[in-house]
Amino acid sequence: MKLLKKIYLVIIFLFLYAPIGVLFFLSFNNSRSRSHWGGFTLNWYKELLSDPDILKAFFNSLSVAFISASLAVIIGTCAALCIFNLKKAFKNIILYLTKIPMINPDIVTGVSLMILFIFLFDLLKFGSFGYFTLLLSHVVFNVPYVIFSVLPRLDYLNNNIFEAALDLGATPSYALKKIILPEIMPGVITGFLFAFTLSIDDFIISFFNTGSGVNNLSVLIYSMARRGIHPKINALSSLMFICVLILLYLVNKRDLILNK
Amino acid sequence: MLCIKKIMIREGNFKLRKTFLWSYIFWIIIFIFVPIVLVCYYGFTQEKNNLFFFSLDNFSRAFKLIYIKVFFRSIVLALICTVICFLIGYPVAYILAEKNFKFSSQLLFLFLVPMWMNMLLRTYAWFVILENNGLINFVLSLMGLKKISFLYNNQAIVLGMVYNFLPFMILPIYNSLKKIDLNIIEAAQDLGANAFKIFIKIILPLSLSGIFSGVTMVFMPAVTSFIISNLLGGGKFMLIGNLIEQEFLRTGDWHFGCALSIILIIIIFCFDFIFRLGNKKNNNDNYGGSLF
Amino acid sequence: MNKIKFLLLILVLILSGCEKKNDEKNLSLYSYGDYVNQEILDIYYKETGIKVNCDTFATSEDAYIKIKNGGINYDLIIASDYIIERMIKENLLQELDLDEIKNFNLIDDRFKNLDFDFENKYSVPYAWGTVGILFNKKVIKKNNLSWNILWDEKYKNKIFMYDNARDNIAITLKKLGYSVNTCDDKKLEEAKKELIKQKKIIQAYLSDAIKDKMINDEALLALCYSGDALFCCKVNKNLDYVIPDEGSNFWIDGIGILKCSEKKKEASKFINFLCREDIGLLNTEHICHSTVNKKVLEALPDEIKKNKIYWPSEKDFKRCEIYHDLGDVLKKYDVIWTEVLAED
Repeated sequence: MKLLKKIYLVIIFLFLYAPIGVLFFLSFNNSRSRSHWGGFTLNWYKELLSDPDILKAFFNSLSVAFISASLAVIIGTCAALCIFNLKKAFKNIILYLTKIPMINPDIVTGVSLMILFIFLFDLLKFGSFGYFTLLLSHVVFNVPYVIFSVLPRLDYLNNNIFEAALDLGATPSYALKKIILPEIMPGVITGFLFAFTLSIDDFIISFFNTGSGVNNLSVLIYSMARRGIHPKINALSSLMFICVLILLYLVNKRDLILNK
Repeated sequence: MLCIKKIMIREGNFKLRKTFLWSYIFWIIIFIFVPIVLVCYYGFTQEKNNLFFFSLDNFSRAFKLIYIKVFFRSIVLALICTVICFLIGYPVAYILAEKNFKFSSQLLFLFLVPMWMNMLLRTYAWFVILENNGLINFVLSLMGLKKISFLYNNQAIVLGMVYNFLPFMILPIYNSLKKIDLNIIEAAQDLGANAFKIFIKIILPLSLSGIFSGVTMVFMPAVTSFIISNLLGGGKFMLIGNLIEQEFLRTGDWHFGCALSIILIIIIFCFDFIFRLGNKKNNNDNYGGSLF
Repeated sequence: MNKIKFLLLILVLILSGCEKKNDEKNLSLYSYGDYVNQEILDIYYKETGIKVNCDTFATSEDAYIKIKNGGINYDLIIASDYIIERMIKENLLQELDLDEIKNFNLIDDRFKNLDFDFENKYSVPYAWGTVGILFNKKVIKKNNLSWNILWDEKYKNKIFMYDNARDNIAITLKKLGYSVNTCDDKKLEEAKKELIKQKKIIQAYLSDAIKDKMINDEALLALCYSGDALFCCKVNKNLDYVIPDEGSNFWIDGIGILKCSEKKKEASKFINFLCREDIGLLNTEHICHSTVNKKVLEALPDEIKKNKIYWPSEKDFKRCEIYHDLGDVLKKYDVIWTEVLAED
């Protein structure tokens, strides 16, 4: 029985990793063909790292993820602070509206934001799709995730502590900084990480809300994959996989140390 | 004096809070409410000579048999994918969650790593493997077998979906299984229940919440995805996502596209409602709140 | 203090993201994938210090939709004949100043003043070609093919088609013996039925990926543009290209300046640069699409010039029709195509 379980896990494990392994292997293949080994090479990596489009898209992905997550954290935390002790009915309405981008299919969110942007451009007679719309659309779908990771923390929080601090002469901002923020910090960090990963992994919303030559990595990969298979993408996958592995390992290691 | 100051501070605090609240409501109106209104506006209108007029034509077109087939196909494929994910994922979560299993958290970590890779790259990987001259056919030809075309059919799409969404099934089920109080199982054992009975009567019902959030997290993206069917289906198998993309980016018929989006939203909310009914107990940690 | 630093960091990052776009001297070009040789853009940068950023689309209908919707900021566009015709009608292109484009007179008269842009007020021809069948001559040992071969059950799962409405419907109309610019509902309905029938034996509807797939022998037959076909035949010697007996489409892509561009002068200079002999030569050798430039044609080596794919015979040429903008009928084309794709 035990052996059976192990075999099962190994099979699923292979299923999950085989494709990545194949790409990793092919990224060293000195031939564009997929079924024929042309010798070992690092050329594809060299080409990858000297391709300005890919580097730019990579930078865009990272910066959009970082900035949109930061902005979402600021907006989401402020919003959560205002929402959490509203009257129940009003709170529920706002929370329900907040939840819409989470439940809505990505494609509808992407499309509706695209319509909104075009509508606004028309109204303002100004603006075009590009970095800014990409960033804004990411902030829009990131905010709810931050709010919903901060709110539970606020619910745990005893409101009396805040009042007590005020009674003891603390200014609200001081009380906020010293009492509320430390309490909700784990929620904020979770929200940030969540927003960051969602943003970096997003394709659909970016696809509809970017333009004028601004690509992020997902959109670029899509347009490359449409044109056929290129070993450069294999190299890119391998690099990304290694980065993800190292990053996750570090995060987990940190958690383990902190837990001890 | 102090009292007055305190009241003033509170007033100020209140005002600040109010401005924040109103700015957030403003944000909701612009970025959540207005887009939906715009989608509805386009969905219920038609255009002639730059004039918009009310019309239900888009919806009557969407309910033509040929488009109903598209909706049906998407839902069926997503259901198949969800069922397969469940059948594969539950045992994995179960084995990993067993109390005497060594390194379970490390192994879980390994099972989740592919989830962090870019979805397009994950799909693209299968694209390379399934080709007529891809790896699988290469192995087949080494064994002297005939080549089979794996790419560009329904199975390829389901495979791509399962591969992409499997971790989303494993994780919530694992979490809910880990939460089960082992004493209950021991008590059942003491009372003479066999392993099968324990599983059916105790473990399965207690992991139901995990199953439901897993199903939600697999089914929802599977219904709406269009990249997987595009890359692995070769454009032959149109899903709702493809149809909406087609209307917005290729034919430019926003009115029809918006009508389709409205129908899609309704479908998704229905399924969401159903899953939620089944999962009333803990609706706090749905949607990946458990991812971290 | 930390917060302020954090906000500043964010601001800097946002600005660094936006700053690149505001570069005054850059030109942006919207074109098909792999349609402009990167080398010539580098040369242009070296000569003038102006960087031309090239963004790509899959089909020119997609590009037209994006431009019509607005919110897009490109200076130049390379698009198909009938799309240019439509963009002119809808006032999306700027009138050209042919005095700025001196090299215009190098262009072969055959490609000037065509119906879609009479007098070339809005566009300068960029490249041309035909639509035909790219096939594996090791398996299909024929010199002449009919469009019917794309409907032949024998080649089930061995055929690639383009994933755009116009080309698929046009060749189906040709197969049925009609014009590529048919507007008649009955004939279009007939074409739709044929396409649905064909869908069962198609391996996939692809766009640019057809090249890569055919080079790797993933299928025996594919609908293909002549330039792409030539590229494939060069790499994979088993392939050949033919314009079917029933005739086909002959297309010209032109380059124009978009209404939203504020850099008309620089854009005109770039168009002029593209029409230069050495540049045209570099470009046509790379992208493989036939040149519109008579000087370039003279300078080309015989093996390309005499190549039937690159420069079809007069007889083949006569069998080909050019697409026209069909106005509202094109919406019907879109509906037909959507329904073909939606069918099982």
